[in-house]
Amino acid sequence: MTRRSGGPLTAAFAPDLAAHEHRSGPLPWQGGRGRLLPAVEASGLTGRGGAGFPTWRKLTAVASGSRPVVVANGAEGEPASAKDLTLLTHAPHLVLDGLQLAAEAVGSDRAYVYAKAGPGADAVRRVVAERVTRGWDRYPVEIIATPDTFLAGEESAIVARLEGRPARPRHRRRLIVEAGVRGRPTLVQNVETLAHLALIARYGAAWFRRLGTPAEPGTFLGTVSGACATPGVVEAPLGLPVGELVGLADGPTGPLAAILVGGYHGAWLPADPGCRIPMSREALASWGASPGAGVVIALPAGTCGLDATARIAGYLAEQSARQCGPCLNGLPAIAATLRRLADGTPDPELVARLDRLVALVDGRGACRHPDGTSRLIRSAMRTFAGDVAAHLHGSCLEAA
Amino acid sequence: MNEPGTQELRVDWTVCAGNGLCTELLPELLERDPWGYPLARHGAGAGGGVIVPAGLEGYARRAVAACPRLALHLDPVQPRRS
Repeated sequence: MTRRSGGPLTAAFAPDLAAHEHRSGPLPWQGGRGRLLPAVEASGLTGRGGAGFPTWRKLTAVASGSRPVVVANGAEGEPASAKDLTLLTHAPHLVLDGLQLAAEAVGSDRAYVYAKAGPGADAVRRVVAERVTRGWDRYPVEIIATPDTFLAGEESAIVARLEGRPARPRHRRRLIVEAGVRGRPTLVQNVETLAHLALIARYGAAWFRRLGTPAEPGTFLGTVSGACATPGVVEAPLGLPVGELVGLADGPTGPLAAILVGGYHGAWLPADPGCRIPMSREALASWGASPGAGVVIALPAGTCGLDATARIAGYLAEQSARQCGPCLNGLPAIAATLRRLADGTPDPELVARLDRLVALVDGRGACRHPDGTSRLIRSAMRTFAGDVAAHLHGSCLEAA
Repeated sequence: MNEPGTQELRVDWTVCAGNGLCTELLPELLERDPWGYPLARHGAGAGGGVIVPAGLEGYARRAVAACPRLALHLDPVQPRRS
């Protein structure tokens, strides 16, 4: 995966502390708990990890509790996403500045970086010592390496891991912002959200709002893959049409059939009009889609979308934490049913069975893994409706 | 019985083993899915729980108490979680 410049976040990338200080200046301490909140609220920054929750709301909720914990989430379990790793390796100081400012903003004394074992966690480990020696940081940072699983970055899985248990989602009776790690209010922010926070603290809300849409300001890091000339991480303003995101990856390699937006828990859009739809929660909502963590996968014409989805469904079933009955039983059943459909089994009952299974798992787990899987399958059945009909008659539209 | 409830039943799916006692004690609200796990008969609320009508709260408490896995909880209705 390559990295291209093209936005304020990417422009602030710097490999070491000297370069970071030269480019972005000193860490802009705000002078106490809560001081950063008005700027964050005015900026309209939302979480860049997938859920898109307003960052200031989370900060405010955590700041009102006692002895909070802050976590930079770089677990990036999504196989098609590479932006967190890009940030950790190319801009670790930006992420850590954001984490320090978040700790100050909520009045925390416990800061963690939670990242996949490997180059991302290593990059952070290398620079943390230098920051301490230089007196750059005020709050000690602990790095927690996580297994490379799809669900390791789910908030309740992070809480479990920070409490010394395996990184698997857990049932929550209270919100994590109120009672997370050992019952302490816990702020989990994606590493990209923290990097934006570090820039908003320096340049202000109005600066941040120059790009993006009024309802969804700022830029985001997207990961474009599939049938594009140069797959990789790109920075774009929210609201940029999906097709132009593919353009930032040097364009499609040929005609496209469909685009998967939002990753494996995301939704398929037909290439037309999908390419013209803005990458924003607002615009994608009516398609049952959302920008998620910025993942875009271009499916070339001539490739069967049902087969592609069946492969992803197989992966998602495998990545179930196998704790919750509906997910443990339902996801493999969904994957197997979709596989039979993709393989052209002429059984009209398959579609109804798939519909039943998808409805059955939706919303019935400790985390959103079954919900996200349902969203993906529903979108595939809509977008590839023509293929479904052809497969049930033993042919495939794309294999012509 | 049709009074809007302020409590909702939530299943800790990581613990539920599908024993089915809750579905027997609270058939008005719960049935069993094909694998034996409790399924909201009339759909779930925004927070993923089953809103309990005021008139059924006592029965809901009995179902909670009867769960051999302690997987069923009766909590105040919560907004959708982030």
